[in-house]
Amino acid sequence: MILLQMEGVGKNFGGLTALADFNLSLAPGELVGLIGPNGAGKTTVFNLITGVYRPSEGRIVFDGRDITGLRPDLITRCGIARTFQNIRLFGNLTVLENVLVANHLRLRSNPLEAVIRWGRYQAEEREMVAYSRALLEAVGLDHLAEEEASSLPYGQQRRLEIVRALATKPKVLLLDEPAAGMNPAEAEELMDFIRQIRKDFNLTILLIEHHMRVVMGICERILVLDHGLTIAEGSPAEIQKDQKVITAYLGVETGA
Amino acid sequence: MSQDLFFQHLANGISLGSLYALIAIGYTMVYGILRLINFAHGDLLMMAAYMVFYGMLIFSLPWWLSVILAVILTAALGAGIERVAYRPLRDSPRISVLISAIGVSFFLENLGTVLFGGRAKAVYRPDWLAATHEIGGVSIMTLALVIPAVTILLLLVLSYLVYKTKTGMAMRAVSRDYDTARLMGIDVDRVIGFTFVTGSTLAAVGGIMWALRYPQIHPFIGVMPGLKCFIAAVFGGIGNIPGAVLGGFLLGIGEIMLVALFPDLAGYRDAFAFVILILTLLFRPTGLLGEKIAEKV
Amino acid sequence: MGKITLPRSGLYSLVAAAYRREPKRWGPMLTGAVILCLLLFIYWAGRNFNPYQVRILNLIGINIGLGLSLNLINGFTGQFSLGHAGFMAVGAYTTTLLMMPPAVKQMNFFMVPLISPLDEIQLPFIVALLLGGLVSALMGFFIGAPVLRLRGDYLAIATLGFSEIIRIVITNIRSVTNGALGLKAIPAYTNLWWSWGFALLTIFVITRLIHSSYGRAFKAIREDEIAAEAMGIGLFRHKMLAFTLGAFLAGIGGGFQASLLTTIDPNMFRFILTFEILLIVVLGGMGSITGTVIAATIVTILKEVLRGVEAPMNLGFISLPGIPGMRMVIFSLLLILVVLFYREGIMGQRELSWEGLFGPRNGRPERGVEA
Repeated sequence: MILLQMEGVGKNFGGLTALADFNLSLAPGELVGLIGPNGAGKTTVFNLITGVYRPSEGRIVFDGRDITGLRPDLITRCGIARTFQNIRLFGNLTVLENVLVANHLRLRSNPLEAVIRWGRYQAEEREMVAYSRALLEAVGLDHLAEEEASSLPYGQQRRLEIVRALATKPKVLLLDEPAAGMNPAEAEELMDFIRQIRKDFNLTILLIEHHMRVVMGICERILVLDHGLTIAEGSPAEIQKDQKVITAYLGVETGA
Repeated sequence: MSQDLFFQHLANGISLGSLYALIAIGYTMVYGILRLINFAHGDLLMMAAYMVFYGMLIFSLPWWLSVILAVILTAALGAGIERVAYRPLRDSPRISVLISAIGVSFFLENLGTVLFGGRAKAVYRPDWLAATHEIGGVSIMTLALVIPAVTILLLLVLSYLVYKTKTGMAMRAVSRDYDTARLMGIDVDRVIGFTFVTGSTLAAVGGIMWALRYPQIHPFIGVMPGLKCFIAAVFGGIGNIPGAVLGGFLLGIGEIMLVALFPDLAGYRDAFAFVILILTLLFRPTGLLGEKIAEKV
Repeated sequence: MGKITLPRSGLYSLVAAAYRREPKRWGPMLTGAVILCLLLFIYWAGRNFNPYQVRILNLIGINIGLGLSLNLINGFTGQFSLGHAGFMAVGAYTTTLLMMPPAVKQMNFFMVPLISPLDEIQLPFIVALLLGGLVSALMGFFIGAPVLRLRGDYLAIATLGFSEIIRIVITNIRSVTNGALGLKAIPAYTNLWWSWGFALLTIFVITRLIHSSYGRAFKAIREDEIAAEAMGIGLFRHKMLAFTLGAFLAGIGGGFQASLLTTIDPNMFRFILTFEILLIVVLGGMGSITGTVIAATIVTILKEVLRGVEAPMNLGFISLPGIPGMRMVIFSLLLILVVLFYREGIMGQRELSWEGLFGPRNGRPERGVEA
């Protein structure tokens, strides 16, 4: 069974091809890595899946439903959540509020009920707070619940972004360079964290990462992009030996 | 409409349009470099007009000297506004600068009321400017010829400045990217200051010609032309100088023609520009000649 | 702004001690006490204030409502709108036309008669007000639908454009609005109970909304639209909700103002009106309810006090001529100074709260529960 499928997806900006003929199939429970040099089109893949960009060509199917060109919030509602390469927390809101925001998509009360607080709103609010606190506790951020998100140290901001994405209750989680700027020890800790949430939340994960230790350590399968083209796909061991990948990363020696 | 009448209106529209173009350039230059709607730009017109008025009336200066002084002082005022009200906010959210600009605009208008009084003053229009000429069945005031001529002259100077000089190159570099420009050794603050001087000079000339065209000044004469010329700049493609000129001419001609063709809609004349603005923003936010800017995610 | 320190003596420490023991119980009680005091004050003011003072008090109430309605859009949702004057105009005209007695209408429309059936309609004040708010909200809906896709300064200029279009249309449709002549002898229903009822209701609705899941969604949009959308928040739907509700309240505020001033004309609804409300919002703090309440009070009173500088003054030995325009010079300078040196305004995004006033100081005093 395939959970997320991208068929021949391409994206052009003006004359520039950011991604061409990209194919991806994610089976439920998989953890797939997406690597490549800077500007290879990795984040473009995320932006296409989450609807930030509309594909110039091709088709994206999630859970049997064609989501090509759907609005980002509706795609999140379908069960795809993401984090951002450059952290995009709601800086002036508290840690708890950041997570609560991600519960909003399940809210059924209308604004009037929310103002009057009659009927189901109270119950829904209690449920959202309980769920968010439980999430924060599960990842060890509960003691910071009332802090402003922007006041958190860098590593915890990254972690909070992942928790926030989890609060939308996704089936697929897209992580955009979660280990960026971390030292080896922190990266190690992050790997454990990703393994943990994958198991606990039954997640399928697509991961962009530059830290090769992280990618090779936790991904079962890796796709390599270069200049918008998929140049290799395979297990970590296969990728490490692939000549094209090595060339893409180290560059071709010309005139030698 | 007879052919003669059409050309009459067209000439009228071109004259108004060239004024719009002149003022719109200032908006577009400032927006291009600071991403700021300089609300106070329109009020510089008013200030320049009053300066000429008082120069001639109170200080009994010859008209040419008053004009030169007014242009210089307005340019200094424009640069001063940037220095005091915008520069300290360079690293603040853009909305803060916008609020500051709104504040400056209201400040100037009401300072005008305090200094010059709220009542409208009639502007003396020299006879030679008010004289009319018959050209091919169309009667045109000298002024209506002078305005486009001055505009074209200033446009040529400006094009030279922006596209052929080192300062112009620096301006274009800063409008692309502050940090890179700074790394290239460009003094960003100086370039921005210079942009304000240039834009305000054009606004001053525009204001003086505006006061001659509609020979009456009051502290709020800059408001509508200010808003409309910003619209002209958006319509043409904000940040783009030829775009501002094109937008200015189209808006001026369109406005005159609207009233000429549909006299019933004369009361809606001022709404025309706003309708254009909204249509532009909705259907072609980059304007006629603008480039697309995408946000990085 | 630093923490507010009150003298820790007498009544303060008594209340603080009680509050700290049972904040859940004492918070609402204190809020109730404040409201009760306010109502008593209004009752007292209604009997003892002179008409001029009553008028100022009325204006404060209305301005609180108007300031909050703009803060909801600009401060909490981060959509910088400059269209409030237009919505107020719609509300003011709709309310007036629906409640004005037919005879007065006939008197007003002596140039061009008022179209039927408006010329015969006379509805109760409250119904006319609500309809005024609804028509304004409808206007907000139709304006918001296209323009809320725009961001930042483009949104600002587009909303300003629509506001100007509304004013120009009102000037031109004389058979409905009486054009530039305006409407006079509007029934003066607005009193302290109405205007402060409006203020309190607006405070209640906006506080509840902002502290609900919808409010968090608004703030998320303000902080980062792309991240908010990625969290499943429909940008358009939520921006529209804030914008339309803001327009509704602005329309009602306009209706109250019309009935307070008893005359309206299109020139009242120029950009400067939006400026005054914007000043309240910026001064109080974009994104603070209590800040808006404080700033609305200050600005309204200041506006009346400064009326003095515009009127001629006779000091006995010397008589100074009034300086027309000076008031707005001061107000615009105030706005510039706030933005330059005090960008947060009085309250920033914080709120005055019982927690902040009485809560334990070692916590986070500026971020308490809602009042």
